[in-house]
Amino acid sequence: MTDFDGNPTSLYSVKGIVILDQDGNRIIAKYYDHQNFGSVKEQKAFEKNMFSKTSRNTSSEILLLDGVTCIYRTNVDLYFYVLGSTRENELILESVLTCLYDSVSTVLRKNVEKKALIDAMDTAMLIIDEICDEGIILETDAPSIVSRCALKSDEVSFSDQSFSSVGMSFIESANKQFKWSLLK
Amino acid sequence: MSGKPKAQSRMKRDKKDEESSGNLYAHLDKTSVLQEARAFNETPINARKCSLILTKLLYIIQQGESIGRTEATEAFFAVTKLWQSKDANLRRLVYLVVKELSNISDDVIIVTSSLTKDMTGREDVYRPASIRALCRITDTGMLQTIERYMKQAIVDRNGSVSSAAIVSSTHLMKKSSEVVRRWANEVQEAVSSDNHMVQYHALGLLYHIRCNDRLAVNKLVQKFSKNSLRSPYAVCYLIRIAARCLVEDDQPDSSMFTFIESSLRHKSEMVVYEAASAIVSLPHTTSAELQPAIAVLQLFCSSPKAALRFAAVRTLNKVAMAHPTAVMSCNVDLEKLITDSNRSIATLAITTLLKTGAESSVERLMQQISGFVNEISDEFKIVVVDAIRSLCSRYPRKHAVMMPFLAKMLRNDGSFEYKKAIVETIIAIIEENPDAKTAGLAHLCEFIEDCEHDNLSTRVLHLLGREAPKTPNPSSYIRFIYNRVILESTKVRAAAVTALAKFGAQCVDLRKSIQVLLRRCLLDSDDEVRDRATFYLKMLTEAGESVIHNFILDGLQISPSGLERAVLDYLKSGNYSAPFDLRIVPVSTQALSQPEKLEPYAAQLAAIPEIAKLGPVFKSGTRIALTESIAEYTVHLIKHTFANAIVLQFECKNTMNDQLLLDVSVELEDPESEWQPSGSIEIPKLPYGEAQSAYTILEFPESGAISGSLGAILKFKVMDVDPTSGEPDSEDTYDQTYVLEEVEIAVSDSIQAVSKSSFASAWEALGEDSAREETFQLSTVDTIPEAVKKIAEILGLSPCERSDRVGEGKTQHTVLLSGIFRGGYDVLSKATVAIDPSDNSINMNIIIRSTEPLVSDLVISAVV
Repeated sequence: MTDFDGNPTSLYSVKGIVILDQDGNRIIAKYYDHQNFGSVKEQKAFEKNMFSKTSRNTSSEILLLDGVTCIYRTNVDLYFYVLGSTRENELILESVLTCLYDSVSTVLRKNVEKKALIDAMDTAMLIIDEICDEGIILETDAPSIVSRCALKSDEVSFSDQSFSSVGMSFIESANKQFKWSLLK
Repeated sequence: MSGKPKAQSRMKRDKKDEESSGNLYAHLDKTSVLQEARAFNETPINARKCSLILTKLLYIIQQGESIGRTEATEAFFAVTKLWQSKDANLRRLVYLVVKELSNISDDVIIVTSSLTKDMTGREDVYRPASIRALCRITDTGMLQTIERYMKQAIVDRNGSVSSAAIVSSTHLMKKSSEVVRRWANEVQEAVSSDNHMVQYHALGLLYHIRCNDRLAVNKLVQKFSKNSLRSPYAVCYLIRIAARCLVEDDQPDSSMFTFIESSLRHKSEMVVYEAASAIVSLPHTTSAELQPAIAVLQLFCSSPKAALRFAAVRTLNKVAMAHPTAVMSCNVDLEKLITDSNRSIATLAITTLLKTGAESSVERLMQQISGFVNEISDEFKIVVVDAIRSLCSRYPRKHAVMMPFLAKMLRNDGSFEYKKAIVETIIAIIEENPDAKTAGLAHLCEFIEDCEHDNLSTRVLHLLGREAPKTPNPSSYIRFIYNRVILESTKVRAAAVTALAKFGAQCVDLRKSIQVLLRRCLLDSDDEVRDRATFYLKMLTEAGESVIHNFILDGLQISPSGLERAVLDYLKSGNYSAPFDLRIVPVSTQALSQPEKLEPYAAQLAAIPEIAKLGPVFKSGTRIALTESIAEYTVHLIKHTFANAIVLQFECKNTMNDQLLLDVSVELEDPESEWQPSGSIEIPKLPYGEAQSAYTILEFPESGAISGSLGAILKFKVMDVDPTSGEPDSEDTYDQTYVLEEVEIAVSDSIQAVSKSSFASAWEALGEDSAREETFQLSTVDTIPEAVKKIAEILGLSPCERSDRVGEGKTQHTVLLSGIFRGGYDVLSKATVAIDPSDNSINMNIIIRSTEPLVSDLVISAVV
């Protein structure tokens, strides 16, 4: 069993990444801690509890619930959560959430709402896969996440370009978008 | 009229259409998605269509749909066809699906070669993801075939490739640590990578590879703390390693602390916080060492970032217990946080203040908490309750403010855990502070009048039975208890009957009325309640004081499974001339109501005929190491005491992968030749990595000695074997011995600690005849609490009536101890410890009484 809570030097610190809609329904959820969130029933119960605690009071961004540090951020009709072990540095968890949000925001061209997210479901799943692997934080730099995930075939034609150069052009465009978002 | 419903239904349908068009994943059905997966077999592959189907598949999996093994395998094989497509997005989704299905599908291993090709290919977008997918499906055997590629990937120039390889290796440490350990050099090289995440992951893995080697870990910290890592994540991790070294090492390196301290000035907030929280969690820090860390946390308290404020307050809250004075400097900042919009932060701030604040501010703070206590989660309410508890023990006089507050919280709605915390707090206050007893019991009585948790009701009833008879006006509680007999569930009724009986046993003048009440319970609908009432009634009407004491107040202190075994043995023996002797039954310190702890060794021992004939186990000791934990062969000792013998269980483990040990036994040598082994059982064959036990049986010597220390030597034959297969190289063996730590047999091995609920009457019952007295000076301890702990430990007795709690600043203290000597003899002891003000030496006067004078002699001889 992966040790999320006991061992202070364990690299496993993210228990789950969850995106809910405005009614608390699950859009995407990925749980890594199979000890506490082994069954769908436990997961849903936790989500319900967490949503009831966070939807009322949107100004606070962090919450301790059932021995899990939940950091969250909302936009329009979406709620982004990063669930972490309580022994993990809260700022590290926050950097994961920021990365998740910024990556999604870049891919959705800053139009962060449910409909857009549903349309880009595949990319959103890839983003989560790139941010966290089995509970170990893999990457927290949003531009590099986007460069690794946003490879829509209908956006760029791959016919005679090699993937690497496509990747490069994406990094550039992602970087550009990022600069804009910072300047705004 | 008739057109209306139609219109409505059309509207409904329109709305539904609109909803589902907005979300094409909303009403997916497992069967249809799996059906659609057939499109994967079409040629040419329609990448867009297939991507959508894969996304749907991933979607239903993460929504919690369970997919059967056959279905999953079928889908998996269909997915493998998609490798023909060159579409990048599709390929990435394929990796994701492979990972998701790897647990539920068969034969996932068939994609190994495709993944290996992608992993070593030119396309950088495929490589990291394919490495991660590959490591998920691979096993130890297959891992060796891709080992070469993994090593290359770990040091790859591309950060994402390197990270993926290192993180995957970290996962693999769980099942194939031997293989991963061989990559240590590559991992070490990766720590100096330019990429931040690679540096973090590599440092983490390197530590996991080395963590058993203390010296290597020390070196690792030394090295990387000097040439400053660039990744803030890696620095945070290094701080954690250093902090762990400081906690675990006996003589920690001071440079570790210097490193953590210097990290307080790092430019990243993340690192600064990590360092501060590491420093405040270290044991034995001086206030000068703490000060800079606390100052940093204080600064964070006014950060605009909620996460940072939360982290800072949570850490301050944690240390407030250990270092209240250090945290006190932050009080002004914490007070500002009470009104924080984030309730979690506000609660933590208040509870921290409660822990550090002055007595005068308590009322004001309590006022503030009651303002928002209903808005916070139960988890935080429990934090608040805990804070109140610690406050009460610091300022006992404030219980008048706290009690009503707790009672109010108790009346509000809340989960079981929350209610339990409050009840426990009230009980703790009652036990610590006699002044609060009357008020506390009154609140608890009121609570059980309307309590939905049977467990808490029975607990309170038990407490009432124990504490209320000693109050000035015990009769006032009886009404509350008797109400439970009428109104509650079976469990609570039974507990109430027991509580009533305890009143009857302790208050002679109430006994008549209790008998009347118990008689009414005889008509209860449940047989447990009736049985209890009948039993207690009989006791209270006919039995003498000492019997009442033994059977109503103390109860049976035996282990249920031990009783079962002993009765079974008695019945099997077929000899009923002698009555069944309760004294041979192993005693248990645990209350009968608690789930019995598993006796891990009982079955093991009973399976060995030489040991089984010794009778039931009286007591099994804890596991003691006889070797260093990193020795070639590790041996742990567990002592099992029987009525007339002691069995030493040596749990041996062979950690040499090139050796097979034969005929393993432990030879004992007693310098005073008191103890002679009467039998031993050796381990015939001990392969690498296995733990097995050898046994030695020692009978208690004729001389009456019950303690001793024996030299121990591990003896065995070694056969060299091939490390990988475990096959012997040749049939040759050679003898070898290995010296172990000495085996100590102490008085406490013969005594099981069992506490008496009313010590005085038990003490009187034993009488003067068996009393043995001794006075001596203690040189090894400096304080009274230490002396009290030590004497209980040496004798193996349990303190009664909370007499082990020593008041602050007292110069004299009497501790009451009790236990049972093997064979079932009660042993009681009164030990008075006094500190001599002139030279601070500690003197102890100890009196031992027992049912058997010989036992008193034996026990007293052990102390001197």
